[in-house]
Amino acid sequence: MSKLKIRVDQDKCQGHARCKSLAPELFELDDFGNAHEVGDGSVPAGLEDKAWLAQTNCPEIAIEVTEE
Amino acid sequence: MSDSPSESFLPEHPPVTDWVNDFDHTDPTWTEDPFPIWEELRAASPVVHTERFLGCYMPTTYQAVKEIAYDTEHFSSRRVIVRDVRPEITGKAPPITSDPPEHKPAKQLLLPPFTPDEMKKLEPRVRAICNELIDEFIADGRCDAAARYTKHIPVRAIAHMLGIPEQDSDLFIKWIHQILELGIKDDNELMNGVREMTGYFTGHLEQRKLQPGDDLISRLMQAKGRDGEPLADDHVLGSLRLLLIAGIDTTWSAIGSSLWHLARTPADRDRLIAEPALIPTAIEEFLRAYSPVTMAREVIKETTISGCPVKSGNMVLLSFPAANRDPAMFPDADRVVIDRKENRHAAFGLGIHRCVGSNLARMEMTVAVEEWLKRIPDFRLDPAGKVTWSEGTVRGPRQLPVLFGKNA
Repeated sequence: MSKLKIRVDQDKCQGHARCKSLAPELFELDDFGNAHEVGDGSVPAGLEDKAWLAQTNCPEIAIEVTEE
Repeated sequence: MSDSPSESFLPEHPPVTDWVNDFDHTDPTWTEDPFPIWEELRAASPVVHTERFLGCYMPTTYQAVKEIAYDTEHFSSRRVIVRDVRPEITGKAPPITSDPPEHKPAKQLLLPPFTPDEMKKLEPRVRAICNELIDEFIADGRCDAAARYTKHIPVRAIAHMLGIPEQDSDLFIKWIHQILELGIKDDNELMNGVREMTGYFTGHLEQRKLQPGDDLISRLMQAKGRDGEPLADDHVLGSLRLLLIAGIDTTWSAIGSSLWHLARTPADRDRLIAEPALIPTAIEEFLRAYSPVTMAREVIKETTISGCPVKSGNMVLLSFPAANRDPAMFPDADRVVIDRKENRHAAFGLGIHRCVGSNLARMEMTVAVEEWLKRIPDFRLDPAGKVTWSEGTVRGPRQLPVLFGKNA
């Protein structure tokens, strides 16, 4: 199975925080409530569904999910 | 486009007969049930226009709403309410009335107190408020859930955050009614509400100049502007007016709509009681299907949106609720699907003006529904009563008579 990687586009993120709510293991929020990926964005095994769920629920389409 | 009316002229709002060319969001038909109207408008065009309100467009699709929300060059936020009159702009409420470049620094000041982590700290107080309210009516077996429950939760929560007395709630509710509902058609009501609210907050500012606190008002007073200097009193007052107005009517409406839905839909009620972990997902669907807030913009430069020409000098009714019902974006857009997995809804806006209070709203909605369902799992609309809806820019039930307990 290929590994997933997520990235939050900081220019697009507006702090809706849907990603943090749906996939708390994969995203962190800063002091302004804006999101970024945890670590280098590698998605641990078993959390792939959450990565996709976060991506499809971001109103700003700010989350990129790539498969390696 | 008509000339500006003189001060003594009160524009009329005859009942709408031609929605596609003459929409009116203050018309009783819209107030009662706007969803079929939006379907009709959307079928006609991605952007419709009315001569009412001195000329106003309405985007009807998610795509058109998004284009406008993202375009601060052609669409200014200097006016965010569609009204019958367009006087000189006097009352600013940063950042909602701010365009770039003023917008970002004004918004940055307000973001830190409203993060999800900050909301976790506030959650126990909100849960207590919900239960205090329920304690008052649970034995009666009936109540107006809008007047006795939903109305009070956001008022007390934002008052608590701001550091103003929760007991002053009735005053806040009065001003909001004057500004957001009566003020669309009656300029005097709008001005009275704004003046009284400003006077009230000025008093609190003066108090804290002598004795600073650690509440949100104090934080704003200690904040530094773009130039490194403390914010002008006008800026602080404008932001405080915004937080009070924005924090109350909106969330009150969203909680009310959620309970209205659950009162009419026993299957969804039963499911949420059996699976409380589904409540946050259901809240997102209630936000989509019953979005409370419609914003507005002023067209300052001519452009096209989804192929439709848009001329300057007009307002735009920026309907996030209509966008959220667009079947091109949401399968089964007109069905409330409480376990909807893909829900990229725009209830809190899109782009730079994303609602600062979205985390607070979500927390209040979730807790309000959780506590109600825990204590009043079985309830229905009172067939002898009437549900009434607010008029204008924010939509929610203003009377919600329900039966429960011995009357369930």
